[in-house]
Amino acid sequence: MSRREPAPLLLVVPAAIAALFLVLPLVALVVRAPWHDLGRLLTTTQAVQALRLSLLTATAATLIAVVLGVPLAWLLARGRLPGTRLLRGASTLPLVMPPVVGGVALLYAFGRMGLVGRYLDLWFGITIPFTSVAVVMAETFVAMPFLVVTLEGALRGADSGGEEAAATLGASPLRIFFAVTLPAVRPALVAGAVLCWARALGEFGATITFAGSFAGSTRTMPIAIYLAMIGDPQSGTALALVMLIVSLVVLVLHRERWWYAGVLRGGGR
Amino acid sequence: MRKYVPALMAALLLPLLAGCGGNGDKTLTVFAAASLQGPFTQLAKQFESEHKGVEVELSFGASNDLAAQIQQGAPADVIATASTKTMDQIAADVTDRSDFASNTMEVAVPAGNPAHIRSLADLTRKGVKLAVCQAAVPCGVVAAQVFANAKLTVHPVTQEVDVKSVLTKVSLGEVDAGIVYVSDVKTAGPKVTGIIIPAAVNAVTTYPVAVVSKTAEKSLAADFVTLVKAAAGRRALAAGGFAPPSRS
Repeated sequence: MSRREPAPLLLVVPAAIAALFLVLPLVALVVRAPWHDLGRLLTTTQAVQALRLSLLTATAATLIAVVLGVPLAWLLARGRLPGTRLLRGASTLPLVMPPVVGGVALLYAFGRMGLVGRYLDLWFGITIPFTSVAVVMAETFVAMPFLVVTLEGALRGADSGGEEAAATLGASPLRIFFAVTLPAVRPALVAGAVLCWARALGEFGATITFAGSFAGSTRTMPIAIYLAMIGDPQSGTALALVMLIVSLVVLVLHRERWWYAGVLRGGGR
Repeated sequence: MRKYVPALMAALLLPLLAGCGGNGDKTLTVFAAASLQGPFTQLAKQFESEHKGVEVELSFGASNDLAAQIQQGAPADVIATASTKTMDQIAADVTDRSDFASNTMEVAVPAGNPAHIRSLADLTRKGVKLAVCQAAVPCGVVAAQVFANAKLTVHPVTQEVDVKSVLTKVSLGEVDAGIVYVSDVKTAGPKVTGIIIPAAVNAVTTYPVAVVSKTAEKSLAADFVTLVKAAAGRRALAAGGFAPPSRS
């Protein structure tokens, strides 16, 4: 395949339609954005509160996902425990499930009348719904599987020679994990974390169901956009533009690692 | 496991097929405020039985969301909103507009009233979790008016997208109280108890109904509006806890 043939038309045409379909709406958003009034629309208390809340909660959710999700990915990739396959299915289910279903499930687990939430309320007087904590939980629930799946793939694909050598030299399993395993899959970890953060930032369904909607504490950008599009489309469009720009920045910053090293090559170097 | 997959797929797809094979030759699409769910569902059934071959498609939601959809060209034939203000916003897109019902507010608490709410003033107590509608939808506007009338400042934990979402949060026991319409409490069943708001501070909202100008089923749409305003409509609305339109 050294000689380059022109791509067949049967592939080029649908590919062009697909690309156009993906790009055109974004162009429309940019064209229709209220540019002349952007400064005022984006500095309203509501807009600033929503953006701040979104950035904070998405970052918190990503940190939690890294702390808990990395060990989970390792267990799924290397674990010899019975039921690993079942666990893998269960922990990636949120990936394919409508987020609003996750919100309903969270409500029945951690709501004031929930399976666990009931005792949190009864024993400690803690109620989770309608707090920023609920937002972080909803986002973690929906976004953590992205990190787990990305990292697990890399761990499975990674060469275990280094680990075996370290073990022969007498390193403890924990030391091997931090000194050998994790550095080897760093690109996948970064890619997974970025993917997780982006997904958390965009979370809507689980959040509005489990955490409700209140300015400053639970009304994240996607919810603010949805509500604004009903009453005040101009500011809704302005907020949507901000989200588009944030996504673009994330994509550009991680272009190399994410596209090439991370996903396509399974994190191997 | 694998051999069950085709059966599972079939089970999932069956409802789709059933949905396609509807028996109506014509469809009338009615957009209505979330609070109208009870009476309008009943009226739609009656309309279908009186108009053979016509299927009434109902879409309930926040009034201003529905109004925004109409402005964007949503294919509705009739629209009924929970405030005259939301209908004013789409005055250019509708015809044959008239008021057909009114509603006032009530405090809804979960069965057993865990926070011992007895009056509006109790809602200002620290630790009481209150749900209201977001400020832009009619139920949020009217609730704000009630608190202004009573000179009370409340700190809700959530502002929901429409009144039925508020009611759900109450019936699940996730909040201690919610401000909803009198009609919502009446039809909510045993999971929700209502606490009456004194008439002196309560506020009223009037429900208008109209035919969407772009409708292709102008006479059917007009018939539906007539049904809503006729004795049958008044009965269904009264049974659902609605009051006749106020003459102000």
